[in-house]
Amino acid sequence: MKLKDRLIRWATDYDVANAMDNMPKPISSLGYDPWGYNLETAKVGMSMVKGVYEKYFRVVTHGLENVPADGRVLIISNHSGVVPIDAGLLSYALATSEINPRATRAMMERFLPTVPFLGNILNEVGAVVGDPINCSKMLERDEAIMVFPEGVRGTGKTFKERYQLQRFGNGFMHLALDYHTPIIPVGITGCEEIMPSIGNIKWLANAMGLPYFPVALPIAIPSKVVINIGEPMIFHGQDESEEAVQAHVEEVKERIRSLIDLGLDEKNGAIL
Amino acid sequence: MSNKSASHETKKPLRASAAKARKASVSQLRSETKASIEEGKNPTSAEKNEPEILVTGAGGTLAQLVISQLRAKHKIVAVDFRHKPQIGSDISSYKLDLNKRAFEDVFRNHNIKKVIHLGRIGAQQSTREARYNANVIGTQKLLDYCAKYKVEQVIVMSTYYVYGANAYNPALIEEDAPLKAAEITMDLVDSVELENLANIYLWKHPEINVTVLRPCNIVGPGINNTMSQLLSSKRAPFLIGFSPLMQFIHVEDMAEAIVRTMEVGASGIYNVAPDDWVSYHKVLELSACKRFPIPAVPLSNARRMSRLLSWKIFPYHLVNYFKYPVIIDSKRFKDTFDFEPKYQMEEIFTYYREMKV
Repeated sequence: MKLKDRLIRWATDYDVANAMDNMPKPISSLGYDPWGYNLETAKVGMSMVKGVYEKYFRVVTHGLENVPADGRVLIISNHSGVVPIDAGLLSYALATSEINPRATRAMMERFLPTVPFLGNILNEVGAVVGDPINCSKMLERDEAIMVFPEGVRGTGKTFKERYQLQRFGNGFMHLALDYHTPIIPVGITGCEEIMPSIGNIKWLANAMGLPYFPVALPIAIPSKVVINIGEPMIFHGQDESEEAVQAHVEEVKERIRSLIDLGLDEKNGAIL
Repeated sequence: MSNKSASHETKKPLRASAAKARKASVSQLRSETKASIEEGKNPTSAEKNEPEILVTGAGGTLAQLVISQLRAKHKIVAVDFRHKPQIGSDISSYKLDLNKRAFEDVFRNHNIKKVIHLGRIGAQQSTREARYNANVIGTQKLLDYCAKYKVEQVIVMSTYYVYGANAYNPALIEEDAPLKAAEITMDLVDSVELENLANIYLWKHPEINVTVLRPCNIVGPGINNTMSQLLSSKRAPFLIGFSPLMQFIHVEDMAEAIVRTMEVGASGIYNVAPDDWVSYHKVLELSACKRFPIPAVPLSNARRMSRLLSWKIFPYHLVNYFKYPVIIDSKRFKDTFDFEPKYQMEEIFTYYREMKV
């Protein structure tokens, strides 16, 4: 057996791999999908998240039964934590779910494919360049897309702004309406405390071409994370005005806010 | 050919400085005409009226596979600028450059009703100017003759390279996506221009059924393009940190796709690729190619290295295609022409693997 195959076998958790084999994920004859997703690499990626999910952040996930077993779906969540750890935790929860396991596709920043190694690795574990064509094609192919409509406004928040939802982009709602796709709202509680930021060095961020440069601890605090997955929300309408679309977005935002509140109640003020 | 055109030929002899091969082809055309006149045959006889299919680039493997599928049912005229195609006595074949006046004689002497234009100079061959002349100016002449001699159908072979390889490409690119190849390198301008020409003829001459095919990497026995040469080599270069997703179609499947296009006769632009994808590193592994690392940052160094070494399997103007994926959506072609490739991806690479064993 080649060294690479031995390393993959060593790094793959048996339970995670078994759970992921149950996902309804169509792949080509050689194990890829058109966006570069590779099941074997995704298994290694999720195996690496397992310890972080179970032991470090002690994640509790409620409402996995609300995720449909198959078919197109948009999973819409709040976003926080300086680095997008919440995306990894939510992906793991959905991929290894005993009820309806799903491979989720996260949207990544456009510059990431230009970074050697990182671009390919992110593609192979399911991340895709945030492009409307990619999203529409994935929905046509019945994929589960994970969207954080706050974008960098969410992850770039300072600690004093924690649990204050930032402005949501409307793109996901246009997709939901155009492709008749149910929206699964998700409230993630606990990631706001993982890497508390006290400020943003704007000039350094500009100089480095980054959306923000946080003043934060370089390590992640093991805050307990609670993920609440809400019931599907279905919106109808074609060629709706931006005002009407905005109203639908606000409805989703309110639902996510209530799911975050549920998590905060469960945490009862505790951080660790 | 009409009597008028025959007399036109005798009045205007070719210049003595013309290449030998061209002379041979022209003299063959003349002798055919002369013979038919001497035998008292009317140029508009039943034999001449039989519709014929002109295949350009007929010396290539793909064209020969297309011809082998068509020759039983159709009368074929084969043209190649490299050499006279040797494909049997039942087929009229010529060594001709599309840019030379003698090329029009093919239309004069034959009742061409359909054209399968496969005669392109590949991106790794010749100079930029020569490619432009052959691929763009030559195609323009071909399309002009098609309009003049009332050709009913033209199939133009393009390439997926026209979409360009850049980091922002979405996957499953459809036919209406912008053609960004010229942004990356001037060496692909001829590919984009050829498409523009075909598009102009699509609306300028609605009576001609123009179909443009944009296939992914065509590989398999006899194919001599960049990717096929690369997979045939023992050592294949790769950019460190990049392994773009790629698509491949077997040459026999591509020939079948062209024949289906001709039979169905739907005009428009179509991507041609299987619904299957594989990373470049996996391709090299399956083809038993040893990997040769090239630093990817900055990319200009990789291009410079390729240019200095005149690397045919890793041409400097295609370096981006080894960094970013260009995945095309062929749903439109499959739906319109009811086409499904026969070869599985792994089978395609078996040929290259076995070649090295």
